[in-house]
Amino acid sequence: MLYRTAGQFKTSYQADQALFPVRQDAFLLAVILAFAWVIFPLMASEFAFQTLLIPILIYSLAALGLNILTGYAGQLSLGTAAFMGVGAYACYKMVTLMPWLNPVVAILFSGVFSAGVGVAFGIPSLRIKGFYLAIATLAAQFFLVWLFEKWGWLYNYNASGAIQVPNLEMFGVYVAGPQASSTVQYYVVLAIVTLLTLLCINLTRGNLGRTWKATRDMDIAAELIGINLMRSKLTAFAVSSYVVGVAGALFVFMWRGAAEPNLFDIPLSFRILFIAIIGGLGSILGNYLGAILIVGLPVVLNTLPEALGIPISSATVEHLNIMIVGSLIIFFLIIEPHGLARLWALIREKLIIWPFPH
Amino acid sequence: MLNDIFIKPFVDMFTAPDFLLQVLWEGLVSGILYALIALGFVLIFRSSRIFNFAQGIMVVFAALTLVGLHAMGVPAWICVLLTLAVMFGLAVTIERVVLRPLVGQPDIILFMATIGITLFLIGLGEIIFGGENKVMITEELGIPTDSVVLEPWGGLLILEQKDITAVIVAALLVVALLAFLNKTRMGRAIRALGDDHQAALSVGISLQQIWVLVWFIAGIIALVTGIAWGARAGVSFALEVIAYKALPVLMLGGLESITGAIVGGLMIGMLEKLFEIYWGQPLLGGNTETWFAFVLALIVLLFRPQGLFGERIIERV
Repeated sequence: MLYRTAGQFKTSYQADQALFPVRQDAFLLAVILAFAWVIFPLMASEFAFQTLLIPILIYSLAALGLNILTGYAGQLSLGTAAFMGVGAYACYKMVTLMPWLNPVVAILFSGVFSAGVGVAFGIPSLRIKGFYLAIATLAAQFFLVWLFEKWGWLYNYNASGAIQVPNLEMFGVYVAGPQASSTVQYYVVLAIVTLLTLLCINLTRGNLGRTWKATRDMDIAAELIGINLMRSKLTAFAVSSYVVGVAGALFVFMWRGAAEPNLFDIPLSFRILFIAIIGGLGSILGNYLGAILIVGLPVVLNTLPEALGIPISSATVEHLNIMIVGSLIIFFLIIEPHGLARLWALIREKLIIWPFPH
Repeated sequence: MLNDIFIKPFVDMFTAPDFLLQVLWEGLVSGILYALIALGFVLIFRSSRIFNFAQGIMVVFAALTLVGLHAMGVPAWICVLLTLAVMFGLAVTIERVVLRPLVGQPDIILFMATIGITLFLIGLGEIIFGGENKVMITEELGIPTDSVVLEPWGGLLILEQKDITAVIVAALLVVALLAFLNKTRMGRAIRALGDDHQAALSVGISLQQIWVLVWFIAGIIALVTGIAWGARAGVSFALEVIAYKALPVLMLGGLESITGAIVGGLMIGMLEKLFEIYWGQPLLGGNTETWFAFVLALIVLLFRPQGLFGERIIERV
């Protein structure tokens, strides 16, 4: 009843191509943003910030970066975690070499380094396709993690081999490090995620996004209509790695507080790939839905046995978690291979014509 | 610096040929195991275009089942048979529950589904068998554990008998597999399915049966790999990482080629050991084995995008 598109006439192409052609969508987003910016921070506990809100946002951003490469440009990548690592280490080097630097500027700038590395490892995509390319991105994954471990300069020759986030302040408030409060960190993450999401939505709607989609759907046809494949693929690698790198910097600076090289190992890459695929490849919304599912589910599963009063050891819960996540991945792939975003699109269509079936 | 890169390693190789042989032997043995895992991948990829990421965890699962059954007091050879039965059950379950509903989906979806299977098996294995490192029942299976000491050029070369056994068994397995694929009806059906799904279906080859069969063969290969690798390094979930080592083998050899998997596996096993010993440890701080194979495969692929033995990629519009 509430979701009616009737009566919303478009009288110009501009109105038809607007970000929100349907008024209800804009309203829904406004409600979600109000929750994210005002209501959640007021209500959330420290636990909710640290286990749900902040990680969900960071994982969605990383999945968004991967989605640009895999979902929009069609280049499968298994090295996401390593590019997150590049962002995190670049940010660490910047704030330790230049302590006067504004931390948010450092985080946003660290993506530039991972974009550079991403382009370098994207060059093989000009020759290699499909699963061969996926394995080629694993070269980046293993090589970079090895580099984080062996190149002492990157972690300032710490005895532990890990990077520790120092206390960083901005306008007199601590935003990173042990002294920063979760609320402040949440707002920094939310601001950056909102900004980059807006950027990505408009990139994928524009000329560049259409070039990527053409490359994904059929690269030979794209080449024939005059798309420069090299430019298209490498820009996809650059933008994707930039977003992933910023997500990596946020991951360490706003959430984990410290990082060892093996944090950026292959399980993290797969986790982000799950989020992107379960959420829906080639969709922006899907990344958020996927992140809520993949990050939120283990939290729920961990608290469930206790709440129900079932005596079960925490190690078993951990293993049951892995099993359940594995089966859920298969389950979601079977019921909707195009992801949760498609599920929402179907629900939306049904709502528009409700109560009629057609 | 240039001396360290281009001259010193080769001088070392020629002054101590027995050590070089030892390094090559070690590389050969791990290469055989990479080749076996890659073989499992290739079989499944050829018959169903599924990039089976679960091959590594199947190795672990098979080895854990074998050791776990033996710990319950079952005689060793019956354990092997029971483990084979378990792998068959696994193949049937995977085909029924996961693959059948996903027929015809894009490759990446099936690939993700096999990662789902991997996670499920990790969880299940940890719950049933526990996560601690176990000892493979080498002696109970009748595998000799002594070592052969040779003295080429007055040096010293130590060959473990269990490694020799692994090499022989692997070679026999490959020969048997090739005979099966080339000489039997079932084997020909598998290859037909690999060439053209539609055509194979239209002459009455059952997709479901073949998939179960292929996954079961992959399970047998997994068990052999698990026994051989477990005898060297113990049985634990750390074994799963060798699955990643099989990926560059596939790239190098080509995703469709059985010869490619074997040659690629041996090449990568030996080259990565050579690089690690003569260049990695002295110059780069060691542990280069994690990435060397990938970078090597990447460089080869830049010149031959289909791998050394893969089918030529022909694009039709």
